[in-house]
Amino acid sequence: MSDAKAEILGRIRSSLSDHPQPAEPIRNYRKVSDKSQAEVLEMLIDRLVDYKANVFEETEETIAQRIAEQLGKSSRYVVPTGLKNEWLPEDTAARTRMVDSGNDQKSGALSLRELDAVDAVVTSSTVSCAETGTIFLTSQEDEGRRAITLVPDHHICVVPLDTVVELIPESMRRVDFNKPVTMISGPSATSDIELIRVEGVHGPRTLDVIILK
Amino acid sequence: MSVTQLGMPQVRHGVGNIFETEPFPKYAERELKNEQLRANLGFATHKIRDKRAAVTGELPDWQDLRTAGSMIKQKVMANLDTYLEEFERNFTARGGHVHWARDAHEANEIALKLIQAEGVDEIIKIKSMATAESGLNEYLEENGINAIETDLAEEIVQLGDNDRPSHILVPAIHRNRTEIRDIFRKKIEGVDPNLSDDPAELAEASRFRLREKFLSTKVAVSGVNFGIAETGTMTIVESEGNGRMCLTLPETLITFMGIEKILPTVEDYEVFLQLLPRSSTGERMNPYTSTWTGVTPGDGPQNLHVILMDNGRTAALADEVGRQALHCIRCSACMNVCPVYERAGGHAYGSTYPGPIGAILSPQLGGIENEFNSTLPYASSLCGACYDACPVKINIPEVLVHLRGKDIDAKKAKKKQIPTQMDGLMFGAKKLFSSGKLMALAEKGLPMSKLVTGKDHKISKLPGLVGGWTDYRDIPEPPAQSFRNWYKKERPSETKRVAGERVDIDALIAQNKNKVAEAHAAAEVAATDKPAPKTEETK
Repeated sequence: MSDAKAEILGRIRSSLSDHPQPAEPIRNYRKVSDKSQAEVLEMLIDRLVDYKANVFEETEETIAQRIAEQLGKSSRYVVPTGLKNEWLPEDTAARTRMVDSGNDQKSGALSLRELDAVDAVVTSSTVSCAETGTIFLTSQEDEGRRAITLVPDHHICVVPLDTVVELIPESMRRVDFNKPVTMISGPSATSDIELIRVEGVHGPRTLDVIILK
Repeated sequence: MSVTQLGMPQVRHGVGNIFETEPFPKYAERELKNEQLRANLGFATHKIRDKRAAVTGELPDWQDLRTAGSMIKQKVMANLDTYLEEFERNFTARGGHVHWARDAHEANEIALKLIQAEGVDEIIKIKSMATAESGLNEYLEENGINAIETDLAEEIVQLGDNDRPSHILVPAIHRNRTEIRDIFRKKIEGVDPNLSDDPAELAEASRFRLREKFLSTKVAVSGVNFGIAETGTMTIVESEGNGRMCLTLPETLITFMGIEKILPTVEDYEVFLQLLPRSSTGERMNPYTSTWTGVTPGDGPQNLHVILMDNGRTAALADEVGRQALHCIRCSACMNVCPVYERAGGHAYGSTYPGPIGAILSPQLGGIENEFNSTLPYASSLCGACYDACPVKINIPEVLVHLRGKDIDAKKAKKKQIPTQMDGLMFGAKKLFSSGKLMALAEKGLPMSKLVTGKDHKISKLPGLVGGWTDYRDIPEPPAQSFRNWYKKERPSETKRVAGERVDIDALIAQNKNKVAEAHAAAEVAATDKPAPKTEETK
């Protein structure tokens, strides 16, 4: 044990010589939703729009067309290895899909410079909290490593309907914190200048959310 | 073998930017003359305050969350040593390195060594209170390392020469957009010389300046919002994405963590994830929250360090009343509701920690007897708005009063127990207030107050210690007699009540109906009969 560690732990024990015995925390806050799925979905959309995200509701049949539209005619975009191919539009002369392997120490991963040069990224997501308008990315195969959803300026994120919950505690039950987790509530924003909210500083300036029914 | 009772535990105060640098009233008086600061702060505090009220009001269980947050923090403090060791075990098991720092100097030294080991002379930083407290940037600069702040407001403060943050959430709130434009035009290489003062354009200029730094810098330094003991997980909440950049793209990440930042479990984290954003920016959730649990191969920094910093926190922990200041999650809600902070501004508190929380944190971290920290617990009207706003229910007024007591005790100890003027006053007051008869007798002297009352019917100058009150405010002319004496005379003796007898409230109300209106009418008639008092205008 380092000297500093031993000394700090010693100081803590000495400071607690009155042996405080606080009660076990009371957790009376809401842990389970009492709302219908339709109400919860409406709430999520309301929050996301409030954050200036673009929200679309699509089905397995229409999602590829929607993604094609959001990418625009000319686009080089990146996707993680596990993303469903059926969701994605066919490549064209002007629209190219690049698959990132998910491990920047192995081959098949885009370099930071390459990521900086792509136009967009498309991923799925693990769970979304309606009450706060928060989408959780948890390093799953269809979400990829953190850099791919950070460096490109445009993030198209798919939210499957059965991953929408109302409350933060409900969201947390679906997340494994052993891997890196990124919670996204709208596009990058700042209020540092005269408290005027500006969407888009360093993270993706455009966030498209596709609710998949 | 005998055991010696050591009495008070020995406390070690911290060093760094945790001191008031001159007496608060003096500093505040100067700051009050800065009209832009006052206007900007007034606007900002009220706007964030209103947003906060709206988003906390919409949660039906806000008070339940506050209760849980407060109780979790009490549990953390009572078992701090256990949780820190648990955190170290789990963070280390996942490939991270834990360092312990007794004070800010030691924390800075550890960081410098780690940076030098990577062979770089430039690092990127996420806005962090802990490194502001330790004075890391200045220390690194002295040692040839350039630390680049990447939060927009911190960037503005850093690029503005000799500037300091004025608010912990929006540190550049004392700057107007035109000033920021001028700073950017002067300091950002290659920026458009016609850069406008539109906030969106200014944010774009920052993106332009920092993008290359994010892509190429090998070492980042951060603070942390919470560290979770059971998993070794760390988390940062932010808005701009500069945090995600610093946490994801460099090869090495060095995190400063005050030892009080620990939470026992992920279940505890869910409480604070709801409390912090709503209290802080008044949003339902901040745009980005990142968590990392040790090293993840192929994703993010492979070289992870955390520096656990004491710097006076164990000294605060030793105070049974004051230790609740360590529950603070740095949301800044207390500042936004404080009438003193709103006018005096953040700089007047000297320390990294301004506002009500700063007034109880700085004296405990740095010692109330050091520099001018003893003036901070008086920087409050004790109105209690901070206590109401605090998401973890820190009873700031209670700690302020407690620290005032400590200050008096410390000063007394210095003066070797010679009774002061204040002691005399307090002794007299104690006698007076504990005896109804003495009080009544003293009140008979009320007409004597006419001797010190000015022509404007105000007392503007009193001598000695009580003159401290009249230095800043007038006392209205005291009435000719006390309520007690008036009541004695006016109340018919037959209405006197026997002790223990029940009062019929309804009958009493009926009996006194219209009496107030009559009394006011009578008073008005009496007033118009008197000559009007001379005022400034009529002189």
